[in-house]
Amino acid sequence: MNLTLRVWRQKNSITSGQFVEYAAKDISPDMSFLEMLDVVNEGLILSGEEQIAFDHDCREGICGMCSLVINGKPHGALPATTTCQLHMRFFKDGDTITIEPWRASAFPVIKDLVVDRTAFDRIIQSGGYVSVSTGGAPDGNAIPIPKEDADKAFDAAACIGCGACVAACKNASAMLFVSAKVSHLSLLPQGKVEETRRVLNMIGQMDAEGFGNCTNIGSCEAACPKEISLDNIARMNRLYAKALLKNKLS
Amino acid sequence: MAASAESLQRISAAGLMLQLWRSSLGKKYVMAITGLMLFGFVVVHMIGNLQFFGDATLINEYAESLKSKPPILWGARFGLLAAAMLHITAAIQLAHSNRRARPVGYDGGKVVASTLANRTIIVSGLTVFAFIVFHLAHFTIGWVNADLLKLTDAAGHHDVRGMMIAGFSNPLVSIFYVVSVGLLCLHLSHGVASIFQSLGLRSKKTEANLKKLALVAAIILFFGFCAIPIAVMADLIK
Amino acid sequence: MSIKLDSKIPSGSVGSKWTKYRQEMKLVNPANKRKFTVIVVGTGLAGASAAATLGELGYNVKAFCFQDSPRRAHSIAAQGGINAAKNYRNDGDSVYRLFYDTIKGGDFRAREANVHRLAEVSVSIIDQCVAQGVPFAREYGGLLDNRSFGGAQVSRTFYARGQTGQQLLIGAYQALERQIHLGTVEMHPRTEMLDVVMVDGHAKGIITRDLVTGKIEAHAGNAVVLATGGYGNVFYLSTNAKGCNVTATWRAHKKGALFANPCYTQIHPTCIPVSGDHQSKLTLMSESLRNDGRVWVPKQAKDCGKTASSISDSDRDYYLERKYPSYGNLAPRDIASRAAKQVCDEGRGVGPGGRGVYLDFSASINRLGEDKIRERYGNLFDMYERITGENAYQQPMRIYPAIHYTMGGLWVDYELMSNLPGLFVIGEANFSDHGANRLGASALMQGLADGYFVLPQTIGGYFASGKGGAPSTDHDEFKKALSEIQTKTSKLLSIKGKRTVTDFHRELGKLMWDNVGMGRTQASLKQALERIPQIRNEFWENVNVLGGNDELNPALEYAGRVADFLEFAELLTYDALQREESCGGHFREEYQTEDGEALRQDDKYAYVAAWEFKGVDQFPELHKESLVYEEVHMTQRSYK
Ligand SMILES: Cc1cc2nc3c(=O)[nH]c(=O)nc-3n(C[C@H](O)[C@H](O)[C@H](O)COP(=O)(O)OP(=O)(O)OC[C@H]3O[C@@H](n4cnc5c(N)ncnc54)[C@H](O)[C@@H]3O)c2cc1C
Ligand code: HEM
Ligand code: FES
Repeated sequence: MNLTLRVWRQKNSITSGQFVEYAAKDISPDMSFLEMLDVVNEGLILSGEEQIAFDHDCREGICGMCSLVINGKPHGALPATTTCQLHMRFFKDGDTITIEPWRASAFPVIKDLVVDRTAFDRIIQSGGYVSVSTGGAPDGNAIPIPKEDADKAFDAAACIGCGACVAACKNASAMLFVSAKVSHLSLLPQGKVEETRRVLNMIGQMDAEGFGNCTNIGSCEAACPKEISLDNIARMNRLYAKALLKNKLS
Repeated sequence: MAASAESLQRISAAGLMLQLWRSSLGKKYVMAITGLMLFGFVVVHMIGNLQFFGDATLINEYAESLKSKPPILWGARFGLLAAAMLHITAAIQLAHSNRRARPVGYDGGKVVASTLANRTIIVSGLTVFAFIVFHLAHFTIGWVNADLLKLTDAAGHHDVRGMMIAGFSNPLVSIFYVVSVGLLCLHLSHGVASIFQSLGLRSKKTEANLKKLALVAAIILFFGFCAIPIAVMADLIK
Repeated sequence: MSIKLDSKIPSGSVGSKWTKYRQEMKLVNPANKRKFTVIVVGTGLAGASAAATLGELGYNVKAFCFQDSPRRAHSIAAQGGINAAKNYRNDGDSVYRLFYDTIKGGDFRAREANVHRLAEVSVSIIDQCVAQGVPFAREYGGLLDNRSFGGAQVSRTFYARGQTGQQLLIGAYQALERQIHLGTVEMHPRTEMLDVVMVDGHAKGIITRDLVTGKIEAHAGNAVVLATGGYGNVFYLSTNAKGCNVTATWRAHKKGALFANPCYTQIHPTCIPVSGDHQSKLTLMSESLRNDGRVWVPKQAKDCGKTASSISDSDRDYYLERKYPSYGNLAPRDIASRAAKQVCDEGRGVGPGGRGVYLDFSASINRLGEDKIRERYGNLFDMYERITGENAYQQPMRIYPAIHYTMGGLWVDYELMSNLPGLFVIGEANFSDHGANRLGASALMQGLADGYFVLPQTIGGYFASGKGGAPSTDHDEFKKALSEIQTKTSKLLSIKGKRTVTDFHRELGKLMWDNVGMGRTQASLKQALERIPQIRNEFWENVNVLGGNDELNPALEYAGRVADFLEFAELLTYDALQREESCGGHFREEYQTEDGEALRQDDKYAYVAAWEFKGVDQFPELHKESLVYEEVHMTQRSYK
């Protein structure tokens, strides 16, 4: 099939960018979206134009590296699917596809469709862990954990840190990402211990990075390729109140 | 930033408030709690208003009884004023930081999973604010038509009912009222459910019901408030 | 220079070596640790766990990865699970059994001492990960669940749904981020290592390129740890992430580090087949599918074009069940892969290009119901449908083998140090523990064993020996290395030829897969050795790399990696040619039993082949470390 792409091109973080139109010809429906871009890039190189820069690595929907807003939707319109797992059979011959980078001031564009997501790492640095050093851990079965809790913790831990939640939110809020980590760790006895400090610090860092706040719309949940639930945000809202009071009373 | 990673600091009550106000989540609590207060007021207000349809003097007596307890009346007025100020200040500050967080929008389409109510929340809120100012000026302070406040009924009470009929006989006033109440209800159709999420009281299980609750509350409020101007305009009430 | 391979294996019985080693090793004074800078390149399971642990111990760590965050390393993609000899099932597992299974699984080409240590340490890995909050699968009683994996007869695999690698990596990543917060680790994401710097015979630093600004920089340290993963992408198509490369280990090799057993590459039998020339990578479908799926192809080549359902049962060849009656569809990876290749070579493959076999669930669906199958594999079926557009509940899946893991890597001694003093190599990047074939769920175990428990101990020995000084980056060797790298990048950018980097990579990959892939012959290898230098020469004359050096330039990064693959491929092929036997993942068609099984030549090839670089276009020198089996006896693997 033949498609028209409108792609955001931007030389670097300082210059401003613009949309450039490219024709994508003879695209097979079996290609993944990124393979379609590979083909377009090959053509660009041969015609002497620099390739479109985009982030990707595993191409299996797990590393969280790929990140395109396709027709206004992070990772495209197909639910629970990352861009790398999106296939061209979901488009029609003759379609025009608009491709943009994640938009958020906390995720500045580095080049074309590539953005800087290190803000997420800094949020984790502020407390997204259990403070145990290697060695001296008790036996893995020393603390039984109800299966339901372990499953719920897993649901939250399934986050791949891609940033689609921020990209989808009209406020560029990182609440889904932060709350998924807070929930993952708070739902397990090992992580519960540091809960108060963790939630205060992570939210402090989230605000400092310049993410927006949550207006309870649910775009993040709808865009999340791993279907992380809004319940995590509710849980974090609860835990934050608890942490503030505990901090006050302790 | 909050306390350092390795230690927690004790903070005073004032410090707590400050921390609350400074963090985005804390401000959302303020929004939710003040929103709840305002919502409570609106509900009570509507119930009060509906006495309009009772016996000719019922609502006037109700108004009189409110006025006869100045500490409660003024307490409520100040409480609501403070709530409204906090609600609005927080709303504007949050909206400002949200805009800063997303300076460039997308070309590709509208916000995923959004509804009219939540996309327009700030507009509906601000219009409602403008309306409240007018509304107070109109019926409470009397700037629009000072004579309205001078009306009295047979029992010598301030004739609230008469004032309402006189006020709503002006089609412009009625239309502005209905539109504003409509926007308020749109605001609440998102807002009431939102309270629960902001305070961490929502879950997948309760989500659908909370959304329904918000919608039903908004619809009831809309018809409850609009019944009066409609009745007046339709000449059902003399 | 003559190199003497000293594996430094401690004396004593195999079960006592690690304890003995730790009792006798020299310690670094805690107050002094801060003075030692350790450079860790790669932050996958091995690198992240090592960097975090070294930081916790008080070392000053500088860590590097090419992705935008350590959380995205290729380890994240591991699905199945991680082995540990916990014997929680009471099914007869033990450290010894895990040790034995790993040695046997590796077709008796791994070092006993290393493997035993791995089995010992496996137990602590699980404890450590649980303490970090890794949400392993649990039973209703609240205890950890296990499954049996990769043909093991005991249930010793711990798992977190189909995302074990992700959860383990996030655990290690979080430990690493904690150290970054505490200031013990300085993290450099989007930074690629391009060279190791040797000063007076010791590894004392690296040269990197900042992938965002293009800046080429020197970093000095007291020791360098490479945790840069495997080289499966030399075949172009593999289950590896697109960024996986041989650059770090290859450039260390060019600086004198020996490369061991490069021909040991693992092929995974259950991947989604290639659908066309556009294919950029292959997707693994978890091996667990073979528990409920039956593998078949039509008996007659003429039936291959028909739909699966129109081929009657009597016209189907369930070849794994036929050839391996006792293991059937669960035969080990290398065996199942080769069998698939064989039937496709006979013209009986299905799907586009005839490179695929059916994995059929209809019998299980009839027996257990579709719901049960959905519950077990729903996410895999969904993924399959997303990629192929086919519904595997209604028609059989098509699968084909693909390159998945590389057992070979830089040669290391018992302390995980290469022959270059101060250069340590951990995880998939080294050669140490899997011999000629890796068992399922053992790579995660090895990466974390190396990173959490082995390297942080053994590296202290190097520092305590007093050889651990750190020169400054002003040293001439750094300047020399810097300018070499700068020249190389400018060269790549100046060729401006007519072919893209991908085009060269694809050509190399196809050559390697056809000639040095699942079945290797002397003739195919020789042919490859003829072709590789030609492709390489053309690359340096005709590649087109656009863009500049001082900016984010994916084409330039890729060009550098493919340039290294083009050199490395030759070494891999030399190694395959030299090893005139079949073992594990290395199958020389000349060396097979009557019924087509791998035939080892223990008397001649029970050694580690460690290659020394002699220059591009020069034949490398082979060094041999003989493998001495004190504990186990070599036997012929049989899965009949
Ligand atoms: C699809 C799939 C499924 C698998 N499933 C399992 C399983 O179930 N069980 C199991 O045990 N094993 C499994 N494996 C194997 C296992 O995942 C890997 O062997 C293991 O994770 C490798 O870890 P590592 O830390 O050595 O390297 P990697 O995770 O590959 O990390 C390499 C690191 O090095 C960095 N790097 C590389 N080159 C450079 C450079 N030049 N400069 C700077 N940084 C560099 C990268 O950024 C990255 O951080 C699977 C593998 C695949 C492909
Ligand atoms: C009688 C008047 C009002 C009532 C009853 C009311 C009620 C509410 C309620 C219940 C909420 C939900 C709180 C939450 O997010 O948890 C809310 C949210 C909000 N209100 Fe109001 N409000 C009123 C006036 C205003 C005004 C004057 C503004 C003007 C700016 C405003 C702006 C907002 C905004 C921006 C939100 C945030 C919505 C969100 O985050 O989901 N409101 N309001
Ligand atoms: S490339 Fe890894 S998730 Fe898409």
